[in-house]
Amino acid sequence: MIRIRSLAAAFAALLALAPSARADPPALRVGWLEARAARPPVLSNLDPAPEDLGLAGARLGLADNAASGRFLGQRFALSEVVIPPGEDPLAPARALLAETGLLVVSAPAATLTAIADLPEARGALIFNAAAPEADLRGAGCRANVLHVFPSLAMRADALMQFLAARRWTDLAMIEGTHEGDAEWAGALAAAARKFGLRIRGRQVWDHASADIRRLAGREAPLFTQNLPAHDVLLVADEQGDFARWMMFNTWEPRLFAGSEGLVPSAWTPQAEQWGASQLQSRFRALAGRDMRPEDYAAWAALRAVGEAATRAVSAEPGRLRAYMLGPEFELAGFKGRPLSFRAWNGQLRQPIPLAHPRGLVAMAPLEGFLHQGNEMDTLGQDAPESACRAFEGANG
Amino acid sequence: MIRAIMLALLAAAPAAFTPAAFTPAAADEIWVTNEKDDTISVIDTDTLEVTRTIPTGERPRGIVFSHDFSRVYICASDSDAVQVMDPASGEILHDLPSGEDPEQFALHPDDRRLYIANEDDAIATVVDVETRRVIAQIDVGIEPEGMAVSPDGRIAIATSETTNMAHWIDTETHALFANTLVDARPRHAEFARRGTELWVSSEIGGTVTVFGVSDQAELAKIRFDIRGVHDDRIQPVGFEFTPDGRTVFVALGPSNHVAVVDAETYEVVDYILVGRRVWHMAFSPDHRRLFTTNGVSGDVTVIDVESREAIKSIKVGRFPWGAAARPTPKEG
Repeated sequence: MIRIRSLAAAFAALLALAPSARADPPALRVGWLEARAARPPVLSNLDPAPEDLGLAGARLGLADNAASGRFLGQRFALSEVVIPPGEDPLAPARALLAETGLLVVSAPAATLTAIADLPEARGALIFNAAAPEADLRGAGCRANVLHVFPSLAMRADALMQFLAARRWTDLAMIEGTHEGDAEWAGALAAAARKFGLRIRGRQVWDHASADIRRLAGREAPLFTQNLPAHDVLLVADEQGDFARWMMFNTWEPRLFAGSEGLVPSAWTPQAEQWGASQLQSRFRALAGRDMRPEDYAAWAALRAVGEAATRAVSAEPGRLRAYMLGPEFELAGFKGRPLSFRAWNGQLRQPIPLAHPRGLVAMAPLEGFLHQGNEMDTLGQDAPESACRAFEGANG
Repeated sequence: MIRAIMLALLAAAPAAFTPAAFTPAAADEIWVTNEKDDTISVIDTDTLEVTRTIPTGERPRGIVFSHDFSRVYICASDSDAVQVMDPASGEILHDLPSGEDPEQFALHPDDRRLYIANEDDAIATVVDVETRRVIAQIDVGIEPEGMAVSPDGRIAIATSETTNMAHWIDTETHALFANTLVDARPRHAEFARRGTELWVSSEIGGTVTVFGVSDQAELAKIRFDIRGVHDDRIQPVGFEFTPDGRTVFVALGPSNHVAVVDAETYEVVDYILVGRRVWHMAFSPDHRRLFTTNGVSGDVTVIDVESREAIKSIKVGRFPWGAAARPTPKEG
């Protein structure tokens, strides 16, 4: 056993060395550009964001690509640029674009768009690995940006399909006031409408002075007492600020969904089917922690590049983009269905797992939600409702 | 193919058994590994009942018998071992050094070398089942799974699920001499047409690719289309050839169907509805019946090979995965 383990370690070392060991073919270089936003302070200290959030996924994707590429004489490399909060992201982005036309960007929506609009980004291919906003995939879309991170609408639709399938049609919602909460609440409301569910009442939690951490037993019943009758309580608390203490302390005993309780996301440590446990253990071996949605998105971006480069036998961003948006492209993403990009807005179509912290509850799209083209397109903006025009034409 | 050879060998050497070593079994049997129960269910091919349930190591998946059927090899993935069992008594005799997370394997025609896919380590391990030593470990692509050895014993194949390739291994040198791309997530490989063709199933790609062995060139790609089932659900995994090599049955995973393919024209001629998430299959030793393992529904579907009809479902353990046939031990 020990012998085998040491061999495995040797193999990992070999993988790490592979890019520098052979100098002959030029490496296909991908740039990781992370513009960190200041996180608002939250009440709990329980789960700080990992330092390598997203980046660890990109590194695993690189290792996976390298392992495949060496059989075909293809090499892959990753340039990592992390910009601290408050610093200008555009100058480093220009520098990175001078190095490679393939960028994986983890940045707020406005920064992402500013990078995509740089003259240096013309002809580049940028992967959005963190921003969930609808506008990036709608009227504000850019032809050189593909979205590996799911939109808020995809996640919200996934949850509503599940609630509809359970016939839990009457909902109430509590919204926080941190960045992202209003957008998530809006997406949940729109998805509820789309699937014929009713949000009977909404309340905003802006009780900054309430000591919910210690006195949830007093605060939460009072706060939820006047909500209309509901089957499930939706919470929009994307920073994890308050809702964690409300669970089990509400006036009525109700299940939570949204940001706490049943959470729809691109990836969950609870996924183990469809080969997911292999991806989880590879990630844990590399990063020393569980894989998060941001890590999964970055991994998918690197793997999409690797897959397209291998199949299209090209390293040119334009060729790769055309192949990724074409009918041949499919990515095995450990979620039971082949992943592909929507030709109308560049969004990676993907199943969305619904999980609580101890288990997977369902995988959306749920059985019975049909679509004339691809069932995964029941999640998020479908072609007829898309306001994105940048993808029309050559690859539209 | 391998199984067909094993049967041929068996027919040629009927006196290889020592009667005293066996508890006489009543009939031919199908052995099924239950991935989430850590057991094997033994099915009597005449009565179509489960006659024995045998405990194994953790997460048993691949299963294959030695050529004389005196040993059964079991990939106990989560125990990181290939277990060697006496099929008569059900006792584990010993473990083979398998490498971590063995998932599937193939036995060389020499009945000694076992080619094992180590899913978590991107390695194929070659073990001598007699000396119980590792002969070689070969770097292959990420998540190797399908393993096959050519009938002449000169080529071994490992398919890697994430690298999406069939890796061609020279069994003399243990070196890769070719790597051929297939569609996403290849799961199973078999040599066909007396070793001149290699067939590889791609689970996420939804296809089976046929290669010519002499030049590793792609000869055909088989696609599937089941009325009322979305393409994404059609996920080919295990497959088996009839002894005449003319027909192949392909398990199509969560589409809950087995496809019947004409191995000469590469055309799909029929689909048979079976249990949920069908993984692998084995023919009864007389080849009149085919037994499919249905992971999600926890049962085995019995197909009548001639009429291509499912005739019975047999409840087995949780998440049945692998299957192998064991003929009635011969007396004398």
